[in-house]
Amino acid sequence: MALLEVNDVHAYYGYIHALKGISLTVEKGEIVTLIGGNGAGKTTTLRTISGLLKPRHGSIIFEGEDIAQYRAHQLVAKGISMVPEGRGIFAKLTVLENLEMGAYLRKDKDGIAKDMKRVFELFPRLAERKNQVAGTMSGGEQQMLAIGRALMSRPRLLLMDEPSMGLAPVLVELIFDTIEEINKAGTTVLLVEQNAHMALQIAHRGYVLQTGEIVLSNTAKELQKDPTVQKAYLGIE
Amino acid sequence: MREKFFERFSWVSLVLNSFRIIVIILIVVGAFNTLQGGKYTTSQWVSLSVSGLAQGSIYALIALGYTLVYGILLMINFAHGEVFMAGAFTAVFVAEAFKESGFLDSSPLLAVTILILVAAVVSTVVAVILERVAYRPLRGAPRLVPLITAIGASFFLQYTFRGLYGSGFKSYPEVAAVQGTWHIAGNDIPIVQIVVFVAAILLMVALYWLVERTKVGKAMRAVSENKEVAALMGIDIDQIIVMTFAIGGALAGAAGVINGLYRPQGVSFTMGFFPGIKAFTAAVLGGIGNIPGAMLGGLFLGVFESIGPNLILEGLGIPAANQLKDAIAFTMLVLVLIFRPQGILGERLTEKKA
Ligand SMILES: Nc1ncnc2c1ncn2[C@@H]1O[C@H](COP(=O)(O)OP(=O)(O)O)[C@@H](O)[C@H]1O
Ligand SMILES: [Mg+2]
Repeated sequence: MALLEVNDVHAYYGYIHALKGISLTVEKGEIVTLIGGNGAGKTTTLRTISGLLKPRHGSIIFEGEDIAQYRAHQLVAKGISMVPEGRGIFAKLTVLENLEMGAYLRKDKDGIAKDMKRVFELFPRLAERKNQVAGTMSGGEQQMLAIGRALMSRPRLLLMDEPSMGLAPVLVELIFDTIEEINKAGTTVLLVEQNAHMALQIAHRGYVLQTGEIVLSNTAKELQKDPTVQKAYLGIE
Repeated sequence: MREKFFERFSWVSLVLNSFRIIVIILIVVGAFNTLQGGKYTTSQWVSLSVSGLAQGSIYALIALGYTLVYGILLMINFAHGEVFMAGAFTAVFVAEAFKESGFLDSSPLLAVTILILVAAVVSTVVAVILERVAYRPLRGAPRLVPLITAIGASFFLQYTFRGLYGSGFKSYPEVAAVQGTWHIAGNDIPIVQIVVFVAAILLMVALYWLVERTKVGKAMRAVSENKEVAALMGIDIDQIIVMTFAIGGALAGAAGVINGLYRPQGVSFTMGFFPGIKAFTAAVLGGIGNIPGAMLGGLFLGVFESIGPNLILEGLGIPAANQLKDAIAFTMLVLVLIFRPQGILGERLTEKKA
């Protein structure tokens, strides 16, 4: 049984038909990437899985249970966590308070302290700035915080929406290394990226999304070799 | 050349700036004349300021309810004055019973604490019902809609309580323990003003601690910044919104009893209107949505209202200036809305995402 199974999901913004029957699966332990151009529906797909947007049709099965009707805050308890597009850190809260919010539903103080330590090991920069107001940090640091915060709920599925957006190449490298590390430690990742080049390097499998539909799916290795992918998303003529 | 001139100094800003200068001149001239005249002694100014602080701390407690709700929902709960009334009006009956049984005078601290709790519970219940019945169904509606609902709810609550308790005026009984004055640094300060001020400040400190240090408080701040992301943390937004209304209601109810200590008369189903609108002024003054702003705004409004008529209006030769207290508050609201709609401590409203 797959960890996550999305079946024929349709989602709308008012009259805009943003997802036109998306189906995908994520196996336990995988990094799966969803690539596609601007406006393809990548963010909408993640919003639908995370419960921020209700699908109008289709099912979303997580660990054997249909979660399509749950709301976002309920899905955190079920083991799904998201790094939203544009980071979405709480700018007026401190770094520490942001991380505490990530652990909002947890009661195990010792476990929280342990995970907080782990986040600080992943991102030593955050440890240095833990009492700083998050809005005053650089974009890269904010992205680290957004990822660290999402880990604080101990998710079994981590949804990430363009974590490399707007970051300098060195930082992009660091973020992708960290995603691999998080995955190796046992967290399954569904990664949305416009940076298809990097995403396909760390992912096991990938889906290509175009105007609300999945047009291609394969292992990451095969997708890297695919001429249409090379042309459209990897900038190779 | 001419066009450039009009681009840079539009008529609107020209008029506003002249207006601003006139207001400042009037304040300076009025204050100068009064002080020059030497009609009031220093200790009179002190006593005006202290009574202003006491009154202002009550405004501040009510103002917090407006600001908390605005911070989370970007909505003005114009029925908040009635939330205040509900607690104050209910507790007056309990207060009368306490007075008759002698409990109020034998253990005033305990009795007043119980009164505050009673009023806080009643106001909290009213605020929470208001949220559930009147506002929640309208979430996501255009912003004018809940505003009109709030005004309707405000009348509904007034007449509900008139139906419950009648249309007569009631008074809080005198609490013997807070009568008289204390002699502090050469001034006689009424004890009741000190008690009112201290009680209000304690409640504000408690609120500040709640918002800054507790998990619920942090969640409230998170929700106020970004509801979607807060939901992604596992925070139940509806629950936090209810909590916000409840806390604002509790503070308003407590303010109702504290207000009864300070101004015993005039308890009735319409009593929420003036304190409500003044507290709203205070919240706007401090920067709506900003918690320390509401506290400062309340204190500032109280003091300004208290010394303003004597200090400024008298100096301008306006007769019976003392009766213009309310006018001062409303003038202040208008001035703030024109010149600094974001308030003293607030950020620009336009920057805040809806
Ligand atoms: N809040 C919204 N309201 C209306 N349309 C939206 C909204 N968000 C996204 N869309 C539309 O839905 C489609 C998919 O958008 P999105 O999922 O954000 O794409 P991507 O993340 O791949 O860039 C686009 O056509 C976009 O214009
Ligand atoms: Mg997107």
